[in-house]
Amino acid sequence: MSEQLMRALDRLSRVRGVRGSMYVAAEDGLPVAQLLMENVNGKVLAAFAASLARKVSGAAAATGGGRVRFVQMLSAGGVLLVAGVGGELLVAVVADPGVNVGLARLEMLRAAETTA
Amino acid sequence: MSTTTVVESWTEGPLVRFVAQASARLVVVMTPAGQVLAQHGFTRAVDLMSASALGAAIMASSGEIAKQMGEPSFGTLYHAGKKHGIHLAPCETPRGRLIVLTVFGKETSIGLVQVFFDEFVAALKQAAPARQQTGPVLAADFERELNNSLASLFRR
Repeated sequence: MSEQLMRALDRLSRVRGVRGSMYVAAEDGLPVAQLLMENVNGKVLAAFAASLARKVSGAAAATGGGRVRFVQMLSAGGVLLVAGVGGELLVAVVADPGVNVGLARLEMLRAAETTA
Repeated sequence: MSTTTVVESWTEGPLVRFVAQASARLVVVMTPAGQVLAQHGFTRAVDLMSASALGAAIMASSGEIAKQMGEPSFGTLYHAGKKHGIHLAPCETPRGRLIVLTVFGKETSIGLVQVFFDEFVAALKQAAPARQQTGPVLAADFERELNNSLASLFRR
């Protein structure tokens, strides 16, 4: 299983602009598997990705938005993407602002299916 | 309403920030002997005293098991429950070794608690005064000091 996860993260890391990708335990906010550039703090990324997914899911449920599948947060320094929301494992990616989000999303949804 | 109360004032700033950032429900900062320096969320003295005594006892027994296994210490201890989780961890400060017991609910996660706990420890280290030389603990002083601590913590 661990090899499968790492293969999926390796595919994700080939998307131009991706600085790091990881599987996160949705409930705990802890990293399960990760492939990160040196300056990316995996512990912090995992904790905030899980927190973001939980809060967005709560907001969607409260507003009748239904199940959230993908979250994109754009900030001045980059992009945080989270897929697999609602499952036990999330796929989180931190990338440069100019990343091809469509391509990253496709790979992330594939990566999320790996664990389904 | 949840309140934060402290016996030693240098702990207040870091504790208030940690509680807000980590969304912790209950926090106790204590010495390895179970003496409470600061707390958040407790409303009854008896609950606080038992939580600190149990937290200190858990750290003492896990430390002893670590010693028997040749480990310096086990570090952080985490228990996940259905509604609550507990995070029990030591931290070294100029004031000496302290133990922090954090109880959190489903509104946060162990990942977030760990991230902000690291910041909390750094803030405690920066704020802590140097360790003071203390004399032997006398039975006569013990009850008075305990009562003073409880009075500070619960503003009695």
